[in-house]
Amino acid sequence: MTYAFLQHYWCFVVALLAALLVFLMFVQGANTLIFSLGRTADERRLIVNVTGRKWEFTFTTLVTFGGAFFASYPLFYSTSFGGAYWLWMIILFSFVLQAVSYEFQGKMGNLLGVKTFQWLLVLNGILGPLLLGGAVATFFTGSNFIVERENILNPLGDGEGPGVIISRWANGSHGLDALLNLWNVVLGLAIVFLARILGCLYIHKQVDDAAFDAHHRIIRPLMRSTWLFLGLFVAFLVHVLTCEGYAVDPQTGLVYMEPFKYLHNLVDMWPLAAVLLIGIVFVLFGILWSITHKTYKRGFWVVGFGTVVTVTVLLLLTAWNNTAYYPSTADLQSSLTMQNSSSSEFTLRTMFYVSLLIPFVLAYIVYVWQAIDKKELTAEELHNDHAY
Amino acid sequence: MVDWARAQFALTAIYHWLFVPLTLGLAVVMGIMETLYYRSGNEFWKETAKYWQRLFGINFAMGVATGIILEFEFGTNWSNYSYIVGDIFGAPLAIEGIVAFFMESTFVAVMFFGWKKVSKGFHLASTWLTGLGATISAWWILVANSWMQHPVGQAFNPATMRNEMTSFLDVALSPVAVDKFVHTVLSAWVLGAVFVVGVSSWYLLRQRHVEFARRSLNVGAIFGLIASMLIMLSGDHSAYTVAQTQPMKLAAMEGLYKGGPDQSLTIISGISPFSQPDYEGQDEPPFKIGVPYALSFLATHDFHGYVPGVRDLLDGYTKEDGTRELSLEEKIERGQRAIAALQTYRRAKKDGAPDDVLACLADRVQADMPYFGYGYVKDRSQVVPYIPVCFYAFRVMVGGGCLFLLLFVLVLFFLYKKDIMQARWLLWGALCCIPIAYIVSEAGWLVAEFGRQPWTIQDMLPTWVGVSQLGSQTVMITFLLFLVLFTTLLAVEINIMCKAIKKGPQL
Repeated sequence: MTYAFLQHYWCFVVALLAALLVFLMFVQGANTLIFSLGRTADERRLIVNVTGRKWEFTFTTLVTFGGAFFASYPLFYSTSFGGAYWLWMIILFSFVLQAVSYEFQGKMGNLLGVKTFQWLLVLNGILGPLLLGGAVATFFTGSNFIVERENILNPLGDGEGPGVIISRWANGSHGLDALLNLWNVVLGLAIVFLARILGCLYIHKQVDDAAFDAHHRIIRPLMRSTWLFLGLFVAFLVHVLTCEGYAVDPQTGLVYMEPFKYLHNLVDMWPLAAVLLIGIVFVLFGILWSITHKTYKRGFWVVGFGTVVTVTVLLLLTAWNNTAYYPSTADLQSSLTMQNSSSSEFTLRTMFYVSLLIPFVLAYIVYVWQAIDKKELTAEELHNDHAY
Repeated sequence: MVDWARAQFALTAIYHWLFVPLTLGLAVVMGIMETLYYRSGNEFWKETAKYWQRLFGINFAMGVATGIILEFEFGTNWSNYSYIVGDIFGAPLAIEGIVAFFMESTFVAVMFFGWKKVSKGFHLASTWLTGLGATISAWWILVANSWMQHPVGQAFNPATMRNEMTSFLDVALSPVAVDKFVHTVLSAWVLGAVFVVGVSSWYLLRQRHVEFARRSLNVGAIFGLIASMLIMLSGDHSAYTVAQTQPMKLAAMEGLYKGGPDQSLTIISGISPFSQPDYEGQDEPPFKIGVPYALSFLATHDFHGYVPGVRDLLDGYTKEDGTRELSLEEKIERGQRAIAALQTYRRAKKDGAPDDVLACLADRVQADMPYFGYGYVKDRSQVVPYIPVCFYAFRVMVGGGCLFLLLFVLVLFFLYKKDIMQARWLLWGALCCIPIAYIVSEAGWLVAEFGRQPWTIQDMLPTWVGVSQLGSQTVMITFLLFLVLFTTLLAVEINIMCKAIKKGPQL
């Protein structure tokens, strides 16, 4: 295993985790539908409980994504989290609210009332995908930061403050400027509507038809979300494939702008283009079949698979084939590449062996997921068994 | 900015540590009770296990919520730190996610929702795996934390300007990590046991669910007694390890200004809780009462062993093996030499110097690298932790540990030899021990983390070099936001917990 292989491998693992996170945000998507689909308190509780058995997977994947990025590309971790402070803080804030809202909303003595916690779930359902999508879009559009490693050798000033900081944001917005970029917002919104599509399909799959006619209820939000998602996603994809991208000279490590860089990446790595196409086809097929076939409940898995594949490929386009995956709009040469920001070869190799456990972890997750989802959720179950 | 960054991290860690010990402790209690159900088939134990699982669930969500903030705060608040040691520090966090956190979050769903969906055996396994996941998670977090206290298995790479891992096993199995894990998990078990004993005592005081409460008391007190006895041993070993690896922390914990051989262990002294004492002008704190020779024995396993005080560590001293510990001034000088050598190396690299020249310059960097962090220190007061917090928190921790040992012994004595229903003073005492257990648990955290100051990584990176470049107002705002949020959620959780306890088990 060469150092370059390990850098590519860990890039793939991080991209896959990010893609799984987008898929698992069906939890957030379903939560945005609590009040539009649930007409009575019992129906709203049913919707909360149907995703309430899965929210921890989303949460855990977010944490593991952060940990894996930290371990494999620490300079990204220090630059993005330390720089785009507000963006990440709002994301985290919304996930904290989500975690407690499930457990607290239905409990006696929750002080703030059931609806408050359900609205907090809606808030996380919108903010989580929107801001995470916006953050992911900055891998294409760039961020406003500067990296100067030599700063650490500058203790002779007052001994603290900006003098010694390696990565810093070049403006005072600390990440909020990402939301002023149209394309970041476009991808963020696309992820919001994709999450709603997945949420609709999961509710359709998992809520017992006797509880309420899920297919009838989801059809309108599903179609609306599909149109909006497709419009936004296609616009973003066309923009990305036609815009200038951040290329890296493999000999010198210098970053430069290359017209149609991401389109070139697709052509140069044509198997990825084929996989991207397959992913998009799966997403479209899953949605269309679910809309047109009332009893078809596997749409969630088909769209989910397509989502994971598509997002993984999109993220690989930002890093593989001599591309700067976290470009700087403030100082081009500060842009982060797989080569200048990864952990040492020793650490990547060590972590490679650890990552061999991932299939085992996935296997038991699949087993448990099936065991819990074997039967659809019924209204009686909420009254007779443990429920949120 | 540094103070706000520290305050925010401390706030999050303090809140996180309110929930984690109960998760770890209750996980074992639930596991024991469900095992009793599995083996006996007695529905009583099933309902008992389900009751404690309900309380576990209320607590669990807050632990998860505060934990995610902690992980990301390494990047948001400590950007330089994340880069300089991320090559080593990131690995345990990633492993925690892959190996432990998924196990915990996967099987906790089965534990809560799987009673009618999976077999008895699979459910029991899920309950234990939830606890095991949480415990393995604690292991990797404490490996990361221990590495901050005692950095091993790494070397500085001047080409990348960061510390890089050289031995994964040294990091994962460092003696400090082993001690810290054992001591921390045992302390969590004690807290869990105190919680079970306290809640059960409340039922006995109210004469409700008497059978449930007596049996829970029995399980909780036996479990707590075993954990308390083990924690005494692990505490002794932890103190020895601290003496070897972080002597300044030990000196602060003991209020030991001027050290030497034959040192006594302070029981109490008149250190003001509100200001840093005059360790430069006094030889020892006023009104000191101690156990003769005990500190020497604790720190060196020799009643006459030499224990350095704060001043010895600042002025330098000769160790028992004849080697000399440098004075702070000498360490600062060598730290500055390391920084200057690194500047020379970087200039030469930029100018395209040949490899042999770079290798020679890198050797010069390495010669003074153990003192690199001291290059950023300006005066003596910067490297002394805040003694009153370390001193009093240590006594609260040890005193609390002894109190709980006594509690478990008394509870078992009255359960088996007397009528515990008549010992209302003991039941009230057990109930009062619940908040005390939280204070004691937090005190342990304060000792560990205040004692490390001013270092984010011991001797390597002071806090004022490890931070992010954020205005102090930015961090102050998020600090206040988190303070309001966590406090509100804590109030909600306590209220929900009290209602759930009032309602009681469905027996």
